[in-house]
Amino acid sequence: MIGRRLYLDGVSVIFDGFRALNNLALVVEPGEMRAVIGPNGAGKTTMMDVITGKTRPTTGVVTFGDLDLTRMDEASIANLGIGRKFQKPTVFDALTVFENLELALKAPRGPVPCLRWLLPAPGRARIEEVMTETGLTERAYDRAGILSHGQKQWLEIGMLMMQEPDLMLVDEPVAGMTDAETEHTAKLLARIAGRHSVVVVEHDLEFVRALGCKVTVLSEGTVLSEGSIDHVQNDPRVVEVYLGR
Amino acid sequence: MSATTLEPGVSRARLGLRAAMIAAVAILAAFPILNQLPQDSVFHVSDFLVSVSGKWICYAILALSLDLAWGYAGILSLGHGAFFALGGYCMGMHLMRLIGPRGVYGHPVLPDFMVFLGYQELPWYWLGFNHFAFAMLMVLLVPGFLALVLGWLCFRSRITGVYLSIITQAMTYALMLAFFRNDMGFGGNNGFTDFKELLGMPLNTGTARAALFYASLVTLVAAYLLCRWMTGTKYGRVLTAIRDAENRVRFLGYDTTSHKLFAFVVSAMLAGLAGALYVPQVGIINPGEFSPGNSIEAVIWVAVGGRGTLVGAALGAFSVNGLKTWLTSAAPDLWLFVLGALFVAVTLFLPKGLIGLMQGRGK
Repeated sequence: MIGRRLYLDGVSVIFDGFRALNNLALVVEPGEMRAVIGPNGAGKTTMMDVITGKTRPTTGVVTFGDLDLTRMDEASIANLGIGRKFQKPTVFDALTVFENLELALKAPRGPVPCLRWLLPAPGRARIEEVMTETGLTERAYDRAGILSHGQKQWLEIGMLMMQEPDLMLVDEPVAGMTDAETEHTAKLLARIAGRHSVVVVEHDLEFVRALGCKVTVLSEGTVLSEGSIDHVQNDPRVVEVYLGR
Repeated sequence: MSATTLEPGVSRARLGLRAAMIAAVAILAAFPILNQLPQDSVFHVSDFLVSVSGKWICYAILALSLDLAWGYAGILSLGHGAFFALGGYCMGMHLMRLIGPRGVYGHPVLPDFMVFLGYQELPWYWLGFNHFAFAMLMVLLVPGFLALVLGWLCFRSRITGVYLSIITQAMTYALMLAFFRNDMGFGGNNGFTDFKELLGMPLNTGTARAALFYASLVTLVAAYLLCRWMTGTKYGRVLTAIRDAENRVRFLGYDTTSHKLFAFVVSAMLAGLAGALYVPQVGIINPGEFSPGNSIEAVIWVAVGGRGTLVGAALGAFSVNGLKTWLTSAAPDLWLFVLGALFVAVTLFLPKGLIGLMQGRGK
């Protein structure tokens, strides 16, 4: 698999004097899964905003392969192969599960191609495959607005899978989920990893342990520690700012 | 009566709606024919009803265009009346040119108001309007171009919601003030009137009335089918998604600016077409058509009928204007209060409008 490497260096974001990110550095290799943890306000979501073009960094380098992400808008970055799942599940309530996935399916994105769009057989097969993987087959023709919280999360992960991104940014995928739902989500993400690079932001340490990947700990907008979950859990600085409390 | 499962209930309601729509169009289509019946016949339709319903059809096209922008793309335009008026002015310019030497002053080329204001020759922007095809092209292009420029500036800067509504409102108000000026070359506050003919057909005759009525009805049906088709494609679903969560659509890789712009321009063109059909039927166009109140009324038609349903927009235009016509003769002072109360009541109690009321029974 030929992927691109995500590279952030010296990234700072300043909102009205407040440093949301402070000289942040992060490298995610192609196909890697990475968990990002940190206390509230550590800058996890701001980091995602910077990578996806929602927020422009005040200073610093953000590249994907050899492309400068700080010069691109959200839609171009998405088309480049960086997909994002939001902290609060955001699906299109008025559309059915199937239609939500169809919108995410990789295809020309302009108004005219959309007007002339006819779902090809491979596209339909792909949507059905993703519905099977996320366990949403039975809800295919239900409006997304009536799904349960967990199902909305899976639908959003499914939409990410439809985009076939090289890099997936997943913000708190198990927030508000039951234990059984959390387990299902961990399996889903584990299956995706390897096919795509994945960055998961999460509070739930048990969940992070279940992912079994390299962990980056953020605090006050900068990287505090990086390594295996055991390594960071034993890092005294991490214990001090985060785990020890 | 109540359906136990959602699906059959909804589809039955939908079938019923389609039958009702076809029936409504058929009844409307019969109006000019029934107008020919002797006056004492029970089925006789008065001249007044034919001409007033011809106007309502134009309003229904305007409502449809607004529903495409507001109901689907989430662009609450409080200035759609401007596109309607611009279409009307383009048609008005054509009708003025057709008067030729029959004006009061008898000038071979210049319309009366220009002679009166001391114009020596026709301003350059009046050239070409003597040709019907050119004028019709302008009916589409002028509102479309304005929507393109305004939309591009706003959508690109991510101006949405109430701010966008205020800007559209300011646009129509600014145009109204501009068109009131005599030196604009559009007849100032008198606008255009005293039209004589269109396509070789003398206006103010039963034939002309019937022809314009049918042209409007055909346009309404065509506009409805166009909007139905657009909203039924993936493009329509992208619009709905933009309406509900525009940011999310961007992160899926859609350039939402171009999608909204496309819908806004098509919508403005339809509104212009409605205005162009309206002007020869009422026989006058003046800057009052740009008044913000008109645009707001159009929003109320859509809200009352049910936004995001297309057919609801047309239904709203007919029912609110029907009520207006009746009430402004029965109790003229009450109308604005009733209109305001109607809007509040619909917003509070009927978020899906009259259409929602009909469909709601199936659920």
